[in-house]
Amino acid sequence: MSKIIPIGPYHPLQEEPELFKLYCDGEVVKDIKWETGYNHRGIEKLSESKTFDQAFFLVERICGICSTSHPFAFANCMDEIAGVEIPDRAKYIRSIIGELERIHSHLLWVGLAGHFLGYNTVFMWAWKYREPVLDLFEMITGNRNSYAMFKIGGVRRDIENEKFPKIKEILNYVKKKTDLLTGAVMDDPVIHARTKGVGILTKEDIISYGAVGPTARASDVAIDVRRDDPYAAYPMVNWKVITAKGCDVFAKAEVRLLEMYESISIIEQCLDGMKKTKEGDIETKVKEVPAGWGTGHAEAPRGEVFHFVVTNGSSYPVRHKVRAPSYVNIATFKKSCVGQTITDATISLAAVDPCYCCTERMAYAYDCNTKDMILNGEEILKLSHRKTEEIRKQL
Amino acid sequence: MVSIKDIDNIKNNLKGDIIETEIKSAARATITIKTDALIRAADYLFNELKYRFIIASALDSERGFEIYYHFSNDSTGLVANLRVILPKNKPDVESLTSMFEAANWIEREMHELFGINFLNHPNLEKLISEGNWAKGVYPYRKN
Repeated sequence: MSKIIPIGPYHPLQEEPELFKLYCDGEVVKDIKWETGYNHRGIEKLSESKTFDQAFFLVERICGICSTSHPFAFANCMDEIAGVEIPDRAKYIRSIIGELERIHSHLLWVGLAGHFLGYNTVFMWAWKYREPVLDLFEMITGNRNSYAMFKIGGVRRDIENEKFPKIKEILNYVKKKTDLLTGAVMDDPVIHARTKGVGILTKEDIISYGAVGPTARASDVAIDVRRDDPYAAYPMVNWKVITAKGCDVFAKAEVRLLEMYESISIIEQCLDGMKKTKEGDIETKVKEVPAGWGTGHAEAPRGEVFHFVVTNGSSYPVRHKVRAPSYVNIATFKKSCVGQTITDATISLAAVDPCYCCTERMAYAYDCNTKDMILNGEEILKLSHRKTEEIRKQL
Repeated sequence: MVSIKDIDNIKNNLKGDIIETEIKSAARATITIKTDALIRAADYLFNELKYRFIIASALDSERGFEIYYHFSNDSTGLVANLRVILPKNKPDVESLTSMFEAANWIEREMHELFGINFLNHPNLEKLISEGNWAKGVYPYRKN
């Protein structure tokens, strides 16, 4: 019997509400259709009515979790149009904010992935260890989220040198806890059984769909804007692009966990670099933005964020195009979910990190012909948990 | 390391199809090509040079509907924009979806927001409004 399983459209913790329709034959997903636009806010159009300074606050609100990714790409874009070189201290601060965000975003994902597999302890641990990072944001920027740090030509606030020891102390704590989480995930045979060989995306799929970030790097496509088109302080510090060859959900987890170590290392090096710069030197004044165009991209936790702006010499953009990494990553679901069972579809959908927390409240299965409900969201999640339990018993 | 030679290579290869070129730096260039040369140019960048397709941006300007196809050479950091300019009374252009899947959604989006027709697109359904928007009204047009 053929069934359609809709997942969505509303997920309070997802950046955008969206609806997935899984076309199933028995347990197996045969096709997937995606619908979106439930919360289309017309940000690109809205930006045309904002000055460049105001637009920073607008793009910061595109995503609630990685709220600095869009200002980062937009700042790169506007700096390029204005032809401005920002001070080293501002470069370091930009990179620190970007990397702190990567850490908390990856921790959030690890927690959610644990929840989907029935590992609620991992979920609670990961979210607990994410808290100190948010505290750090509060200390540095005054906000736990939406930090309002970026502007054309630099940053809005300095990080005073006296705060460095405290930042390093918290990073040390996060590092230890990341060790714990990495050990728990990498050595657990049940997690291996649930994630290895699941949600496969080949190199060819990644290239054709233009997928980016950890999704691409887990399929051994070594792309990372921080290295490929260096910006901010990334060329001034030592770090490496993490890749994995597994192409599956496990590889994506591996990439994200190991990336957190790189992020911590980058921040530590940035803090050391900042000591050699002058406190307060965080901005190059930009008086006007000339007519022209600019492309700015930045590596967000989920992959490359891309901004394209066309200007005409006024304070407003003529066109402001935004491409978030999920736009290209979500499309890969067609490859990663088809052929999987329903129990594996949830973790495959979650693997590209579209923040899939509340699926259970939205998903239900119904018979195409009679419209009778077969499974509700809770039951679908239970299916996934039951599979984990069965594997655990067998081992 | 990014080098201006990358852009020169593209220019030489697409010579007969180029209308104008704007080079901002060794890492940023916009090459305006004839509309009917789009498939050939995109094929050269994507299949031969192995550039990644980032996204496409449409723009309603005095010259017509402009589409910027953004390509990235991830080994050097070059972002090359292929631009086509379509007349406002007949905004038709070939779809690139058969070449790479990444063009699928953005072409649907540009069709929905600007009314640009992508010829030979497998499914030019609305992407964002799913039928909740008036037919023939394109919200991102400037008129």
